Amino acid sequence: MGIISSGFHGRRQNGNPALPPGQYETGGFPVLTAGPAPRIPIEDWEFFITTEAGQRHAWSWDAFMALPQMDIDTDIHCVTSWSKLGTSWRGVSLDTLFENVETSCGFTMAHSYGGYTTNLPLPDLLGGRAWVAWEFDGEPLERAHGGPARLLVPHLYFWKSAKWINGIELTQDDDPGFWESNGYHTHGDPWREERYS
Amino acid sequence: MSTLWRVADVVSSMPETESARTIGLRVNGQNGKLAGQHIDIRLTADDGYTAVRSYSVARAGMDETLEITVDELVNGEVSPYLVRELAVGDQLEIRGPVGGWFVWKPTDTNPVQLIAGGSGIVPLMSMIRAHHASENPAQFRLLYSLKSPEAGFYREELQTLGQESRKLIIDYVYTRKVPKGWPTAPQRLTAEPLLATILPKDPAPDIFICGQTVFVETVAEWLVQAGYPAASIKTERFGGTGGTR
Repeated sequence: MGIISSGFHGRRQNGNPALPPGQYETGGFPVLTAGPAPRIPIEDWEFFITTEAGQRHAWSWDAFMALPQMDIDTDIHCVTSWSKLGTSWRGVSLDTLFENVETSCGFTMAHSYGGYTTNLPLPDLLGGRAWVAWEFDGEPLERAHGGPARLLVPHLYFWKSAKWINGIELTQDDDPGFWESNGYHTHGDPWREERYS
Repeated sequence: MSTLWRVADVVSSMPETESARTIGLRVNGQNGKLAGQHIDIRLTADDGYTAVRSYSVARAGMDETLEITVDELVNGEVSPYLVRELAVGDQLEIRGPVGGWFVWKPTDTNPVQLIAGGSGIVPLMSMIRAHHASENPAQFRLLYSLKSPEAGFYREELQTLGQESRKLIIDYVYTRKVPKGWPTAPQRLTAEPLLATILPKDPAPDIFICGQTVFVETVAEWLVQAGYPAASIKTERFGGTGGTR
């Protein structure tokens, strides 16, 4: 146990088993970004996956929307200690997008419009644990929250769920992305409190 | 290293406004701080319950001290304790300072435009202080949007700096109440006066914006539309959920 602050009583939220260590629940949906929100018209939008062999798989918005869509109910956890429980999303599973992708790489770099990047091990994107989401709470995803579409990897801290997602690059090594080069953990599992490097 | 929880002694505590307090902390072996970073604070109640929040550093001292300024949030869990209860001589736990993006280094040579909404001044003040304490000659300009004069943080220090420093220009916008004798009525910040009071696009300033979400998003959007490169604009939301993403 740490230093006791006897005048501090708190709210006793973290008895909630849905909250990872050090997290508290918020009812809002805070917006946290490193710079201005890019503006991406649907007609210019695409999502790509590139492999180490130079193969490029890409979907236009229409092609992306023609893929099987899933509803996702999940909790999200931000490294700044807020968690939002029971959020609902709609999008395409990365399992679907990776169906015809051949690779021996173990890692990925997610690239966003606006230049943001974040690195993820490939296994964290597969197995029904990651999506490209375009709807939040029944409404098209707002630009401030990453619209038209963002990565949704809710089992990792939310900076891994790259807003304004543009594509995934398969990589041999676990190279650091944007926040990972700026003091944050390379993996980001909230249940292990992988916050900072 | 920076990710371990460490015990900090509260070495000073000064009211900043009616709802905000600047708290000085000393940590053994504290070093390597950058202006603009934040720390996490962990409070533990007597039954072991803990709560963690992030706070921007207001002054990154050259020694083992740093200061944070905490604005009390209505219905906040941690900030009312820090603002109303915590006293000099108390201890708490901190992690950090952390963050390598929303920071200014004395080796940075570009002119710098800072834009603060309300309590978003805190990490920007850390940059102003680091800049002032350095030999760095880069032009700094601060635009500080406030509800009223009484809501301002670091009022005397900013006034002195604004008068004495040749490398810092300070502009204020008052949105609800202006000081006595102020030339204009209170006004919402809009794009045109904002663009008229910040450093021009040429020679490409580094821009730091900090405030509530709507303020940050709106101002960043104006700057991009006015042709400031998105890559030159760094933003940080300031509020109950902490310092960075």
